[in-house]
Amino acid sequence: MRVVLSYLIAGWSGFFVMAVELLGGRLMAPTFGSSIYVWGAIITVFMLALSLGYLAGGRYSLVSPSVPRLGGILLVAAVTVLPILFFGESMLDAVSIAVPDPRFGSLLAASCLFLVPTFFSGMVSPYAVRLLVQDRQTSGRHAGQLYFVSTFGSAAGTLLTSFYLVLLLEVNQILWSLIAVSTLIGLAAMSLGNRQPLREEVAA
Amino acid sequence: MKRRQGLFHMLAAASLLVVAATAQADQQKLLHSERSLYREVMVYEQDGQRCMCFTRNCRIGRQSCMDMRQPDVITLNYARMMLGALFLKPRPDSILIVGLGGGTLPRALHQLLPETSVDVVEIDPAVTRVAQQFFDFKAGPRTRVIEADGRVYVKRAIRERRRYDLIMLDAFDHEYIPEHLLTQEFLREVKTLLAPGGVLAANTFSSSRLYDHESTTYASVFGTFFNLKQNNRVIFAVDTGAGVSLPTQQIIADNSRRYAAALRSMGVDVARLLPLFSTEPDWNPKARILTDQYSPANLLNR
Repeated sequence: MRVVLSYLIAGWSGFFVMAVELLGGRLMAPTFGSSIYVWGAIITVFMLALSLGYLAGGRYSLVSPSVPRLGGILLVAAVTVLPILFFGESMLDAVSIAVPDPRFGSLLAASCLFLVPTFFSGMVSPYAVRLLVQDRQTSGRHAGQLYFVSTFGSAAGTLLTSFYLVLLLEVNQILWSLIAVSTLIGLAAMSLGNRQPLREEVAA
Repeated sequence: MKRRQGLFHMLAAASLLVVAATAQADQQKLLHSERSLYREVMVYEQDGQRCMCFTRNCRIGRQSCMDMRQPDVITLNYARMMLGALFLKPRPDSILIVGLGGGTLPRALHQLLPETSVDVVEIDPAVTRVAQQFFDFKAGPRTRVIEADGRVYVKRAIRERRRYDLIMLDAFDHEYIPEHLLTQEFLREVKTLLAPGGVLAANTFSSSRLYDHESTTYASVFGTFFNLKQNNRVIFAVDTGAGVSLPTQQIIADNSRRYAAALRSMGVDVARLLPLFSTEPDWNPKARILTDQYSPANLLNR
């Protein structure tokens, strides 16, 4: 169960991040346009947030790591998307008036909307590595498999969102669906996962 | 089995295209090419006809063309159709054009209406440079170029309380539609930016399924509009209400007379334009309206 949930969460989190990133472009276009600066800003913010999330996730895994906590991270990442749904538009308008420059305006706006949820999403992968790795010898294999699952999830999230989901649903409906799936998986991990933290291994 | 056949046909079509493209490439001369933030802007010339293209050998459509022997003659059909907007708004004081291309429209409008101020919004500074160097486009006291995304400029202009008598949307091309410029919210913003009784002229490339969605989206904001169709589709929408109603065919014909001679010198035959003014809906009225939340214009346009 621990292994399945860890991979599932990592894969879904990858899907979630890229779906939100693609929709980010659509959310920002009415206010900031679809110039190359806007995409530059969005990608910058996502990469920055992920990189910081990786650091934080690794740190967080040091103390009593467990599957329910991993589920908790996924849940927090989903909940922090809610402000985009409720205040996104008014926030974008306010930023575009305060900072009319297309580069720094869109950078600031993308930060306000996406930095926090993407930061928490970034925490997932290193934390899941901690739950999967049993010993030093197989650590590389586990990390490789985890990268595979998570990046494959990202590819799926990109493709499904840009080719199909936007044709069926409104942007906010897709965001709500993403939040719902994250919540389901997160809650499942919190209730099904073994609450006992992994035994601390004796440092070599 | 079907699939195989489809693949075979595709391959056959592709090889034909390659042959056609190479044949064409032999006669086309590349005058200029420059890489911009968005694309490669190229200028080709063939038999005295100079064109701005975003794809090699103008494979997918020409953005703008000019006959070098008669530079004032308007060669691309859609541009001729767009000028028909003057029959609905014969004496505009101010005009906004979204999308410069080779500058055909602002050049023609400046000739027709030297006193009218024309603002052009162009997202790509390379396009502006090439239009000036190769297509005889000149910015001046009455012609201003603003480097911005069309939607961003429209919002800003509303905040600055600007108003335009005529707004021309010419930001689409064959391969890509900026989806945020084809939504109900955007059209509402454009309507706000129109002076009372102002006219919106939109050059669109919609075919297939998008045609229905585009139509219901325009109808949701403007009600009845003029729908001119040849190879291209040009939409003329009027900001009706407040005592302004859609001009009758009679008024349109009367207004066209004022421009007939000037337009003839540009190669535009008014008599051919007039029959195109149709308000007849020929689309599925149930097609889903495009909004900022639902705007898969490019996915629908294939």
